[in-house]
Amino acid sequence: MDLTNDEHRLTQNQDAPTPTGIPPLNELARHATSGEDDRVVSRRWLLMKAGIALNGLVGLALAVPVVRYIFAPWRKDSSYESWISLGAVKSFPAGETRLALFKNPFTRSWDGPTDNVACYVRREEADKFQVFAINCAHLGCPVRWFPQSQLFMCPCHGGVYYADGSRASGPPTRGLFTYDWKVVSNELHIDAGQMPTLSNSAKLEKPEIGEGDCTCRG
Amino acid sequence: MPRVNGTGQRIYAWFERRLQLEGPVKEAALHPVPRNTASWWYVFGSAAFTLLFLQIITGILLALIYVPSAAHAWDSLNVLNHQVPLGWYIRALHGWGSNFMVAIVLIHMAQVFLFGAYKFPRELTWILGVFLLLMTLGMAFTGQVLRFDQDAYWGLGIGASIMGRVPFIGGGLVHLLLGGPIIAGATLSRFFTLHVFVIPGLLLLFALTHVWMVLKLGVNEWPMPGRVVRRATYVEEYNKLAHEDGIPFVPGAFWKDLVFSGAVIAAVAVCALIMGPFGPGGQPDPSIIQTVPKPDFFFLWIYAVLSYLPPALETPFILIAPIIGIAILLALPFYAAEGEKSWHRRPVAVLVVSFVAVAWGSFTQLGTVTPWSPHMSAWSADAIPAKFLRGASPLVRQGANVFQDKQCRNCHAVGGLGGQRGPALDDIATRMTPDELRFKVVTGGGNMPAFGKNLSPAEIEALVAFLDTLHPPNQRPAVNPVNEVYTSTHASGGEDIPAAQGAPR
Repeated sequence: MDLTNDEHRLTQNQDAPTPTGIPPLNELARHATSGEDDRVVSRRWLLMKAGIALNGLVGLALAVPVVRYIFAPWRKDSSYESWISLGAVKSFPAGETRLALFKNPFTRSWDGPTDNVACYVRREEADKFQVFAINCAHLGCPVRWFPQSQLFMCPCHGGVYYADGSRASGPPTRGLFTYDWKVVSNELHIDAGQMPTLSNSAKLEKPEIGEGDCTCRG
Repeated sequence: MPRVNGTGQRIYAWFERRLQLEGPVKEAALHPVPRNTASWWYVFGSAAFTLLFLQIITGILLALIYVPSAAHAWDSLNVLNHQVPLGWYIRALHGWGSNFMVAIVLIHMAQVFLFGAYKFPRELTWILGVFLLLMTLGMAFTGQVLRFDQDAYWGLGIGASIMGRVPFIGGGLVHLLLGGPIIAGATLSRFFTLHVFVIPGLLLLFALTHVWMVLKLGVNEWPMPGRVVRRATYVEEYNKLAHEDGIPFVPGAFWKDLVFSGAVIAAVAVCALIMGPFGPGGQPDPSIIQTVPKPDFFFLWIYAVLSYLPPALETPFILIAPIIGIAILLALPFYAAEGEKSWHRRPVAVLVVSFVAVAWGSFTQLGTVTPWSPHMSAWSADAIPAKFLRGASPLVRQGANVFQDKQCRNCHAVGGLGGQRGPALDDIATRMTPDELRFKVVTGGGNMPAFGKNLSPAEIEALVAFLDTLHPPNQRPAVNPVNEVYTSTHASGGEDIPAAQGAPR
């Protein structure tokens, strides 16, 4: 292999024309930047600007679907929510508050266990329910129900709620988020689908239980 | 061009002829730096850079096994921990590397701040550094999400709850953050994209530009009191210093960088070996509600701050404070581009760093202890110490049962065990009379729920009887001042204990 000679040639003849007849790179660069012929240069600049404009246009056209794709999850609350059954009404004894589980109605096959959503069902009387989201109204941690003291307690920052979901103490500024509910053929249904946060459930007015369009859907 | 002899040199020459890197590399390596910058104080930046590469390499290794799917991520982490040979060690390296990187970046930032290195002409270097800090923290948070366990899940819940507080567009931002209506498969996928593609790409780009500027503008000279930075004269003064009292960057200063970087990587390796990987904790199933979520070490201070803010201030603080903080950091080099660099002449700078360090340390400590969190199992797990019940009447014993059964213990410690959300009650009887105790239990208030509806009159009486026994043996329980006056006027003989000591507050 004639590596040494090759290197010599490359190093020695840096400024002379190469054997192929192509001028060295720095020679080309000198030509490109020389401003001898104004017309040629200005035409090149015009073409370059046209090139930039073309790329800008194509970029803009592509940005539309890209932005639409990125913002796809940004949807109306109602498009994520639907009525879903929590099971037979008789599984919720009157006077008790029980944990209920449901599969989130909006789901993907690779969600794994994350679409198991929990909520608390409080059956005050035979036909009067309250369904609370598991998420603390402060920062969304899972509150725990203590039937002995009839309190919900949050393990994160110590928010406490009474049995009816109203705020008892701690950092939350409001009571527990509630789901709208109805009884259909002896099954308790709730209108669910989203993680409740202050932005989709922040209204402080309490809707009539089981009636109307609830602003507190989780 | 080196002399061409020997195969190694010929190969080198072949590449060099085509890459032509020797010139720029030599220029970068041999550029003179002021002699006193060859200091152990100047090694943190290069160590952060080295850690970035450790993270990239270990991250790529983890990606060989890790599955960024909500259904399988947790399983794949457990496979890494328990089945893949040394998978646990690569996880541990990545986890400890992350902690070290955040720590070193913070130390580097404090050092360049105290050394006035952000001043002219290094303003942009500092600004890129601020973004590098934010991206490092972003990597730490998104990395915590990729360790897809219960803490990751509920940490995302906290993130979503904070997003949800943004006025008007909060709901949409939550959808955007989660990739849908709930924390699920889409959420993990987008955090994977952020952690593996978006942030590292930017981080590398910014870090290289940051280093480029350090090479072009020169390492900040050792600050001397009285050597004032002026835009008009600084560059000339610096070059004079670097050339007259300078040494080549390599090896003069670089050997310390090398030694420290090596030591830091060794420390990461040892920590990883001894303490192992972080988690994963319980599986990310939101129907498992017996969980006490906690953020990773470097976010504990936020967790603490969020518990101490008054509710009315919370939303404005969460949404505005970070913006103000970042704006201050970005504005700093423009506000103070000239002037003294030495910490001897910058008492405010020293105070700010000390204050931030103490505040951060205190909040982190509080975030570790979480005195504001109820101990969710204290009522059933922590027994009442026997000394409180020795020789107690049946009513008092019944009261102790009520105290446990109604979860009072979750917030109130007795005998050193129990929650710390409310005051410890070991000597509550010296501070409150039975009437006051009864009133407090029934009506609550001052961060305590009212128990009036949930306790029968008999239970309240028993509970108050028990609480009234909680006082040191040498200190009598508090009594109503009216009764006190009556007692001290009519009682024959002297009281052993002065009246004031037992008076209620």
